[in-house]
Amino acid sequence: MKKIFSRPESLRDISTHYCSGCGHGIAHRLVAEVIDELKIRERVIAVAPVGCAVVAYDYWNFDCSEAAHGRALAVATAIKRVRPKNIVFTYQGDGDLAAIGANETIHAANRGENLSVIFINNAIYGMTGGQMAPTTLVGQKTATTQRGRAAQEHGHPLKISEMLGPLPGVKYVERVSLHSPQEVLKAKKAIKQAFQNQIGNIGFSLVEILSPCPTYWGLTPKKSLDWIRDVMVKEFPLGRIK
Amino acid sequence: MTEKIIIAGSGGQGVMLLGKVIAEAAMKENKFVTWLPCYGAEVRGGTAYCMVIVSNKGIGSPYVDKADSVIIMNSPSLAKFEGRLAKGGFLLINSSLVHAQIKTAKAKSYPFTEIAQACGNIKTANMVALGALIAHRNILKEKSCIEVMKETASSVKKELIEINISALKEGIRLK
Amino acid sequence: MKVLISGNEAIAEGAIQAGCSFYAGYPITPQNEIPAYMSVHMPQAGGVFIQAESELAAINMVYGASATGVRSMTSSSSPGVSLKQEGISYIAGAELPAVIVNIMRGGPGLGNIAPSQSDYFQATHGGGHGDYRLIVLAPATVQEAYDFMSLGFSLAEKYRNPAMILGDGMLAQMMEPINIKKSRIKNQKYARPWALTGCRGRKPNIVKSFYMQEGDLEKFNLHLQEKYKTIEAQEQRHEGLFLDDAEIVLVSYGSMSRIAKGAVQRLREKGKKVGLLRPVSLWPFPKKAFGQIRVHPGGRLKFLVIEMSYGQMLNDVKLALNCKYPVEFLGRAGGGIPTEDEIIKRTLSLLSR
Repeated sequence: MKKIFSRPESLRDISTHYCSGCGHGIAHRLVAEVIDELKIRERVIAVAPVGCAVVAYDYWNFDCSEAAHGRALAVATAIKRVRPKNIVFTYQGDGDLAAIGANETIHAANRGENLSVIFINNAIYGMTGGQMAPTTLVGQKTATTQRGRAAQEHGHPLKISEMLGPLPGVKYVERVSLHSPQEVLKAKKAIKQAFQNQIGNIGFSLVEILSPCPTYWGLTPKKSLDWIRDVMVKEFPLGRIK
Repeated sequence: MTEKIIIAGSGGQGVMLLGKVIAEAAMKENKFVTWLPCYGAEVRGGTAYCMVIVSNKGIGSPYVDKADSVIIMNSPSLAKFEGRLAKGGFLLINSSLVHAQIKTAKAKSYPFTEIAQACGNIKTANMVALGALIAHRNILKEKSCIEVMKETASSVKKELIEINISALKEGIRLK
Repeated sequence: MKVLISGNEAIAEGAIQAGCSFYAGYPITPQNEIPAYMSVHMPQAGGVFIQAESELAAINMVYGASATGVRSMTSSSSPGVSLKQEGISYIAGAELPAVIVNIMRGGPGLGNIAPSQSDYFQATHGGGHGDYRLIVLAPATVQEAYDFMSLGFSLAEKYRNPAMILGDGMLAQMMEPINIKKSRIKNQKYARPWALTGCRGRKPNIVKSFYMQEGDLEKFNLHLQEKYKTIEAQEQRHEGLFLDDAEIVLVSYGSMSRIAKGAVQRLREKGKKVGLLRPVSLWPFPKKAFGQIRVHPGGRLKFLVIEMSYGQMLNDVKLALNCKYPVEFLGRAGGGIPTEDEIIKRTLSLLSR
């Protein structure tokens, strides 16, 4: 019998702690599959964020460093500079990358660091209990915007991918989604591109992944996917940004 | 022997360099030496100064509260540092730019800037002052100062080194 | 080789000669000569220099570089070091070796750029969050500024713990002749099996300070406490002068101790029985040295702590002495520096009492 599907070597045989319907499990697996396919597992050094994915290093089967909240790209910059032959990537949520770490994001991108960035946008802070993220949609209810995000008071969702696009150091930015099998496949392709860019010394590459958070969206897993498709992609259009 | 020196002037007069040449020359003579500059915001637009201590024994504080010698290269420096001269200390003044009545007994005024101009470069007024200092205070040998000039300026034009050396010699002759 | 060099340049050159391969920093006076020197000489030595976008980025870059096992450092001055505290806590929590240089300036707030010793509490009694300790060395001469970089890296690696070099604007800006080596250390003494290098031929390494399972973090903290006990037992450093017959011992560190030493020498010339105890390691605090000082038979013994702060080291001295002897204090901060004359006057008045 031919084996056509199995757990990637880059993923450990452990159940994740994520909520049912959470996108992190899919995103972790996509990263692991890409790393297996590119045969770079033994060269990879990952930088995990602070947020729900803080223990990503428990699930991945390669070298990982934790980083303080928002500082993943500073940590990754240094790792890549002192070990340019290793493949270094960060995996960060919206609070980590676009709020507390926005400065590190902008400057690592502007320096054109040869890194791959996996940016999980679920429009909310998960680990801390569902507070407003920089990417929270206008009108979206969160623990800190209980009557919905008001643009006048909280500003509009921050489109950091679009902001990074014009920087000369940035070589590749694409927004993808996990809301259907077809989109998941597109997401994997984009992740692969971001890693291939690093292998080819092309420069800073970022993949923004729209990812469901049923728990703090107050929706079922299925309805969460529909919400991405019907609502979230209107604010965060999918496709290649750069 | 311990000589505590304050050198003050305006930015561009080479007061920091003057202090460094003293420090390098003292090091050549195997003396103990410290050089402490004013730094940061103080430097911008104000009076530039440095403190140098040359000694036969180890030096404690590099900070000079009361100086054995004070070199004043411009007028504002006089007002600021005259009071820092130790009792019986030596005040050396650039009379080209300072036209004040000096009350201190052990004060000498020479037109360093004009002498430097005559040597061929106005910027060597600091070296004229250095010459005058070592002639009066006998803290360093002329030979060590010249060696330092040759080494620190080895990358610049030879001509400029010669002008600096002649400025130093003019200064020594002032005594 | 003997060279005339500033404290800042000596720190930078000392680090490079000690085999430091990574520097990240952000401009702040009075330590700007360190990054300027590093920007030229670090790449020449085959290392990496990064001018970071912030103090936060700089310390976290040091965390990242250190996680790969290379000798890494940053430098800053007081307000910048305050910003780095979170990162220092993470470095301590991940048990990474690194050297942090703090060239102290006047505080609080933006303060000024004058020499100061007002960050003693921050360096030795916390700073960042959690039960961690920093190894803190306080050079008093430009030669020590150079030598302590090598010592700092070696202690940091020996104990897998961040080390701080605590200086001030005076030490950093002054020039003094020093002896320098011209052979860069290539091989580090301590193995680094924990380093992130890619997991070829081994199990993956994880660098982290997060312990979610019940009991794990307490266990990790107990491990840290054991390590700190070892450091306290083995790494106390001090310099003593005329301690055998002293009736008054001046206690002072860093630049301030040079001024105190000048005062001691002048007082000895007058026949006064004055000594100096200079803590070289501020943590671990040299308690043993204090414990060894005995009152001269038929004599008396007092201590005078002198700082460019309002008594941040004072309590450590009292604790080290178990309150057995009177401890007096002389301090100025915010740009004020106790002078030799002030110290002598105070010492004489204490002797006459």
